[in-house]
Amino acid sequence: MSLDFGPAVALSCRECGTRYPLGPSFACVECFGPLEAAYSFANVTRADIESGPANIWRYRSLLPVPVDVASKPNMNPGWTKLVKAGNLGRALGIKSLYVKDDSGNPTHSFKDRVVAIAVEAARNFGFHTLSCSSTGNLAGAVTAAAARAGLDACVFIPADLEQAKIAMARVFGGKLIGIDGTYDEVNRFCSELIGDPLGDKWGFVNVNLRPYYAEGSKTLAYEIAEQLGWRVPEQIVIPIASGSQLTKIDKGFKELIQLGLVEDRPYKVFGAQALGCSPVSAAYKAGHDVVQPVKPDTIAKSLAIGNPADGPYVLDIARRTGGAVEDVTDAEIVAAIKLLASTEGIFAETAGGVTVGVLKKLVETGQLDPEAETVVLNTGDGLKTLDAVADVTPTAVIRPSLDAFRATV
Amino acid sequence: MSVSVRIPTILRTYTGGNAEVSGEGATLRDVLAKLDSDYPGIGARILDESGKIRRFVNVYVGEEDVRFVQGLDTPAPEGTQISIIPAVAGG
Repeated sequence: MSLDFGPAVALSCRECGTRYPLGPSFACVECFGPLEAAYSFANVTRADIESGPANIWRYRSLLPVPVDVASKPNMNPGWTKLVKAGNLGRALGIKSLYVKDDSGNPTHSFKDRVVAIAVEAARNFGFHTLSCSSTGNLAGAVTAAAARAGLDACVFIPADLEQAKIAMARVFGGKLIGIDGTYDEVNRFCSELIGDPLGDKWGFVNVNLRPYYAEGSKTLAYEIAEQLGWRVPEQIVIPIASGSQLTKIDKGFKELIQLGLVEDRPYKVFGAQALGCSPVSAAYKAGHDVVQPVKPDTIAKSLAIGNPADGPYVLDIARRTGGAVEDVTDAEIVAAIKLLASTEGIFAETAGGVTVGVLKKLVETGQLDPEAETVVLNTGDGLKTLDAVADVTPTAVIRPSLDAFRATV
Repeated sequence: MSVSVRIPTILRTYTGGNAEVSGEGATLRDVLAKLDSDYPGIGARILDESGKIRRFVNVYVGEEDVRFVQGLDTPAPEGTQISIIPAVAGG
């Protein structure tokens, strides 16, 4: 069986640069550093991309996927809306603000982007089962994609997740295993399962398929730039869980600049965490370049990774670009969810409350330039984290009569 | 003190393919030193040039990530299980 990963030609260690043939491996034998896809890009033009489908496959020539990827059964995620957020911008005092609303993906989170790439890798390697450790959104994205691709699924989550995320992961079939522990413990379990015969021929999207999977987050950068009229925004606010998404959005912007698809101008990357799980923000503020793990305690469960694997890279990127990493409390997260909803009609999950809350804080503390073009990410759907706004009740409950209504207004 | 050490796939070339080997030492530091004398070269894969745990390696003594406790000085009681795991998952 010959492998077809399109423009990807090798895996390369992000730490020490050692190269490996394309395969289901994820850690460098020399230094344990994470492996990532290395490419030999052809000449890619804006016109080539613009003539592609209205999903992430318009960027297939920049991703580790075969050229005919769009004809295979997959979820076709992406090309979500970039909403010009004039009302939210006015509320926060930001001149030009956009919300990249990734709740519009097939299973209502950005995870469909990364899983779609992992499915192609699983097909390439002849795996029969798709698996993952998940804080919730990923579990649903994996079981859905496996159903459409005709693969088995077995996914692992912390047992205390939001009910909506459990239902979402279950409805597509496959096995859902709740583990009595934190996400970091689930993650460790999966890492050990990979080395065991029990996990043979399993593709763990965020472990042994991670070098492919993680590349899916680059499409957020590509889309934002294309939707702005082929321009990289001056500032961007991105949530941090493992730190992979932020790292890959930066990689995506850099590739667009290198390929001459956008003008080479500086941009600032800001990372957003919940205070109850803020190991990266704490390291940023303390001036450290490594991340001390924490035990998470926050309503932003989709970001509750206490030992973020890509944390060191987030620190590097925030410092290199002149951005920052900031955190907000659970109360600020809830207030930000309501602010985004009431200004722009976008109902974000708690992770979106984290990015909007951090955006507000960055402006108030003078860390973000309110005159510069800014994009804030919403990576998931508020319907999956209803508990966060569960105290919301009707404005009034009345008898079905005009008089009763008149008395309330 | 006799302990059991779980070896990740990428280090099993050192242990003849074994996923689990026995080890010895009062602390994690001692266990890793003994491991390196049993399987020469494996220590340098886990620890960097200055003798610290590499930033993309997680080491657990029992259920505990050693970065939460005493790092390399974490005690390794008789019969405990030590796991060495690449820190490259997430999301």
